[in-house]
Amino acid sequence: MIEVKNLVKKYGSHLAVDHLNFTVESGKIYGFLGPNGAGKSTTMNIMTGYIGATEGDVLIDGHSISDEPEEAKKRIGYLPEIPPLYIDMKVIEYLKFAAELKGIEKGKRAKAITDAMQLTRISDVQGRLIKNLSKGYRQRVGLAQAVLGLPEVIILDEPTVGLDPKQIIEIRDMIKKLGKKHTVILSSHIMQEVSAVCDEVMIISHGKMVACDTPARLEKIMEDTSKIIVKSNADANSVSNILNTVPSIASVSVKKNEETGTVEAVVTTNTNEDVRERIFKAFAENDASLLELYSHKMSLEDVFIKLTSGSKKETEKVKRHTIKKKDEDADKEGEA
Amino acid sequence: MNAVYKRDLKSYFSNMIGCLYIAFIVALVGIYFSFYNMGNGYPYFGDVLNSISYIVFLALPILTMRSFSDEIRTGTDQILYTSKASITRIVMGKYMAMVTVFGIAMGILCFCPLIIATCGSHDFKVDYSCILAVFLIGAAYIALGMFISSLTESNIIAAVLTFGVLLLLQMMTGITSFIPTTSLASFVGCIIAVIAVSVIYYTLAANVIIASGLGVTGTIALVVLYFVKKSVYASLIPNVLNKIPLTDSLNNFSLKTFDVTAIIYYISVAVLFIFLTTQSIQKKRYS
Repeated sequence: MIEVKNLVKKYGSHLAVDHLNFTVESGKIYGFLGPNGAGKSTTMNIMTGYIGATEGDVLIDGHSISDEPEEAKKRIGYLPEIPPLYIDMKVIEYLKFAAELKGIEKGKRAKAITDAMQLTRISDVQGRLIKNLSKGYRQRVGLAQAVLGLPEVIILDEPTVGLDPKQIIEIRDMIKKLGKKHTVILSSHIMQEVSAVCDEVMIISHGKMVACDTPARLEKIMEDTSKIIVKSNADANSVSNILNTVPSIASVSVKKNEETGTVEAVVTTNTNEDVRERIFKAFAENDASLLELYSHKMSLEDVFIKLTSGSKKETEKVKRHTIKKKDEDADKEGEA
Repeated sequence: MNAVYKRDLKSYFSNMIGCLYIAFIVALVGIYFSFYNMGNGYPYFGDVLNSISYIVFLALPILTMRSFSDEIRTGTDQILYTSKASITRIVMGKYMAMVTVFGIAMGILCFCPLIIATCGSHDFKVDYSCILAVFLIGAAYIALGMFISSLTESNIIAAVLTFGVLLLLQMMTGITSFIPTTSLASFVGCIIAVIAVSVIYYTLAANVIIASGLGVTGTIALVVLYFVKKSVYASLIPNVLNKIPLTDSLNNFSLKTFDVTAIIYYISVAVLFIFLTTQSIQKKRYS
């Protein structure tokens, strides 16, 4: 549906987007994740044709945004970070203007506007001036403008910023509903939002793609590198000794909590196997009590922080895994 | 184009700027009209309009200042440039909306010659050709104001800059009288102009070779010309500068000459600045 090829954007000497490549399939919700200044908005602005790229191209359904802007742009609905609203207009006037600007046929405009207003639940404010609306409603009017005429691709730049929790949930539900029939790309720096809404997550940092996979898989990949936490009543030495007898354990660090009198050990392994069962058995054999035993699972938030804080090794690892998993998937599909 | 045109036109009347401009022009011309034409029985409306046209033009920045700078400031340009409408169509839509507001004011002035006709002698041809000339000059200045507005996101800067340029144009004849008419002065002026053009080219295109080539060949050509045919330079700069203000040819219309060259000049200036506006927007998208 969308192909981003070798995209580069320079602002003077600053490289905002650095040779970005990715493909977006139709009928999925994509999350564009990255810290402030990572190049999310710039990439979205290039994808929608608002600004031009220094190098590279974006193909929307096979149409280049730079060579065939008209064909490409009519397939996209875009809600920028700040909704592009004319505050001196009434909601209905604004949507009529947007419909005409988007080139929706005259006969279909009224229905398209009604549908967009129903979807974003703004029918009751249609007669009000946009300047008198609250931030939440303004965001919805912006969203209504983006979904007007139900374009194939809907791009939303931080659609829930500045909204109250109830509105956030409503907008998320709306996005989920849209994702059933359309390709939706949304940018955010809120992890829960992305893991709750998106089918695929693209993490971008310093203008580069650092990972692209489903939220669950990204967590899984990072879990492979995870640690195991052991809590016990036994004394520090015996905990350390017991753990050292377990095969495939790479390192053990034991810390005694003086307040509770318990010992906490952080164990790292040198395989991808789950060694929790062996640890449990080792403690049982030594008749030592085990209060807690769990693998330190990274949330998408941890993954994000780890990937975007510049740990090159981690980034490479995730990239390798992502590519490997994708290849496996492709092989499976091929076999099927 | 239609959507942008309709929206902008409506906005000029919903935020009063359009009404204010029209009211200002009608009141101003109305006062002069009632004083000279009605009170003194002077039958030529064209003359009266010409004599106060500079105020009509100097008030134009209040129409043009918001055209693009407001869109940039509020971020609404995003909906325009991400829509399937091309930039030329968007610029034309905005331009036509401003020209329409100005046209309404000029349209109201069209009643003045009719009022004069009811009182006795009149010359419709001269009066209406003067109104047409003022309208076309206004349309060209609107394009200039729109171009300036596309360069900045501040309404105030756009308004002040446009006002400054228009004022400079109005005072051009006075200024040029201070410039020496000798060949040497014009020769130096031409060299400065060539260097300025190559510097501007360099800042826009960042191409050292072409910019320096332009500067060097231009200077050599000017120097050669100066030694071969010095007389070309006599009063060259003042003459060229005097031709720049569009209002210079306005008197021809009230002297019963329908100056077609002037009309073509006005339209060309408007087209040039519309083109420059699209270029300035494109440049912003790529920098």
